[in-house]
Amino acid sequence: MAYYNRSSTGDNLARGLGWFSVGLGVAELMAGRTIARWMGMEDKTNLIRAYGVREITAGVGLLALGDPKPWIWSRIAGDAVDMATLAAGMENNPRAGNAGIAFGAVMAATALDIVCVQKLHQEEAYYRSLPVPDYSDRSGFPRPVSAMRGAASDAPIGEDMRTPKILRFQPAQSQTAQNQIAQNQTATS
Amino acid sequence: MRALVWHGANDIRCDTVPDPKIEHPRDAIVKVTTCAICGSDLHLHDNFMPGMEKGDIVGHEFMGEVMEVGAEAKSALKIGERVVVPFTIWCGDCDQCKRGNYSVCERSNRNKALADKVFGHTTAGLFGYTHLTGGYAGGQAEYVRVPMADRTHIKIPGGLTDEQVLFLGDIFPTGWQAAAQCDIQPTDTVAIWGCGPVGQMTIRSAILLGAKQVIAIDRVPERLAMAKAGGAITINFEEESVVERLNELTGGKGPEKCIDAVGMEAHATATIDSMMDRAKQALMLESDRAHVLREMIYVCRPAGTLSIPGVYGGLIDKMPFGMAMNKGLTWRMGQTHVNRWTDDLLNRIQEGQIDPSFVITHTVPLDQGPEMYKTFRDKRDGCIKVVLKP
Ligand SMILES: NC(=O)c1ccc[n+]([C@@H]2O[C@H](COP(=O)([O-])OP(=O)(O)OC[C@H]3O[C@@H](n4cnc5c(N)ncnc54)[C@H](O)[C@@H]3O)[C@@H](O)[C@H]2O)c1
Ligand SMILES: [Zn+2]
Ligand SMILES: [Zn+2]
Repeated sequence: MAYYNRSSTGDNLARGLGWFSVGLGVAELMAGRTIARWMGMEDKTNLIRAYGVREITAGVGLLALGDPKPWIWSRIAGDAVDMATLAAGMENNPRAGNAGIAFGAVMAATALDIVCVQKLHQEEAYYRSLPVPDYSDRSGFPRPVSAMRGAASDAPIGEDMRTPKILRFQPAQSQTAQNQIAQNQTATS
Repeated sequence: MRALVWHGANDIRCDTVPDPKIEHPRDAIVKVTTCAICGSDLHLHDNFMPGMEKGDIVGHEFMGEVMEVGAEAKSALKIGERVVVPFTIWCGDCDQCKRGNYSVCERSNRNKALADKVFGHTTAGLFGYTHLTGGYAGGQAEYVRVPMADRTHIKIPGGLTDEQVLFLGDIFPTGWQAAAQCDIQPTDTVAIWGCGPVGQMTIRSAILLGAKQVIAIDRVPERLAMAKAGGAITINFEEESVVERLNELTGGKGPEKCIDAVGMEAHATATIDSMMDRAKQALMLESDRAHVLREMIYVCRPAGTLSIPGVYGGLIDKMPFGMAMNKGLTWRMGQTHVNRWTDDLLNRIQEGQIDPSFVITHTVPLDQGPEMYKTFRDKRDGCIKVVLKP
């Protein structure tokens, strides 16, 4: 199974990156045009908005109570896409300086992502290295299971907990045969 | 006294709080000798259940010695008696109690007006479980006030250890009712999702009630090993396809009876529905993750029964209700009517037919409770069931 501990150092960092993703994503989505203009890449406005959606998804994934590793990996892949877009946009761009600043910021975030994912994998390796306890003798029964099957079939279980007879999966009997049985039962009782 | 107190998400602490007092003539005060952490407590710890308030004492699986008895409970309970306390508080006199439906007692929830608003009609009062069910102080504490104590108790005869009988207050009858309400026939395959403490009790109950085949589903290796020890065929949902394996094991027909012993914090391998659930839960668009319910509806044999002891708190999304309706499935669910089953189950423990203590993996003092919540939730250190000693 995937091992993770929702209160470890790696996990806290992952959650921090989750909030960062949500914040950045919302900014990209709402202020896509302003950001694009500032970097001299106004033609990329829609792309930046789409990246915003990607960031929000990763952020929410990280904040939900699950294994953060796949989401951090998705952030790293996203960082690579961001850097490629920025690098391409810097050619013949009078505002290449600003794009460069953005590039640096993405690189810094990537570094954090990598530290985080390494930490998470280390933690997983540690959990995996712990011995798995052996519970194969904990049946709770005094005798082998085969001897216990049906041992309580006489248990007092109220009619309200029972399934109507007709719905029970007994060895196949035709509907008319079942009706016949039901009639006989009412006749004798 | 010392008690485990809820302060918010991921924040349960061992605090010093005032001792409980008799507030009503039907009350009793019990000195807790042993208590346990239940899977339901995890929903509070992870803050998925609405209606908790800072300062609430948690815990609803506990037992101990009667210290004080109110005037109206004296005929039923004596000082010094040893009792397990069921997590459902019941009055014994209302229409529901008369029918044995103790978990929907109409009088034991002191916040009835609130519950009537939220649920349409109130359900029973529960210990340590949100203000929707009465906001009663729980049993992960040195002392507890037990309301309606003349009914709300199970007397324990000598000769049995705390560990053998403690689970009569919750998970044993819960597993039992989950199986009982499936009306298991000797030809039935019973599939059980979740091999936590409740799942383990359900597996044993299904065997005792005579199921032809019991199949247990989880992903934690040591929990699956314990399930196998109890007589189940196991499926690791991270390694195999649950749907394919279940069909294989039932000649393509599907299990007649499906039991959800997981509840609202279901995990899933990366299926689209489970990713959507996680995202929506984080954004508060739905409160519960329903992956297991969807899977049960899909694999269950038409005209079969779904039994749901797993706890849900609010809204679920993308429920394939058309599938359920067209397959003519029967749904059985609810909190456990604990006292309805305990005379019979206590007998079975005494006769040695089963010893529920098999599930205990950790026993620690009460003040280590807060850490143990995390160990239990994250399934670290082979943890399956934690018992606390105040
Ligand atoms: N109805 C009642 O009166 C009652 C009483 C007690 C507990 N409960 C509920 O029963 C549920 C289980 O309790 P528990 O103490 O065993 O808790 P638990 O959290 O230890 O057990 C849940 C198990 O389900 C497994 N699981 C998660 N996702 C799964 C999936 N998709 N398929 C199969 N297994 C999956 C987990 O690995 C875990 O082992 C909880 O929801 C709890 O609130 C109900
Ligand atoms: Zn419980
Ligand atoms: Zn009642």
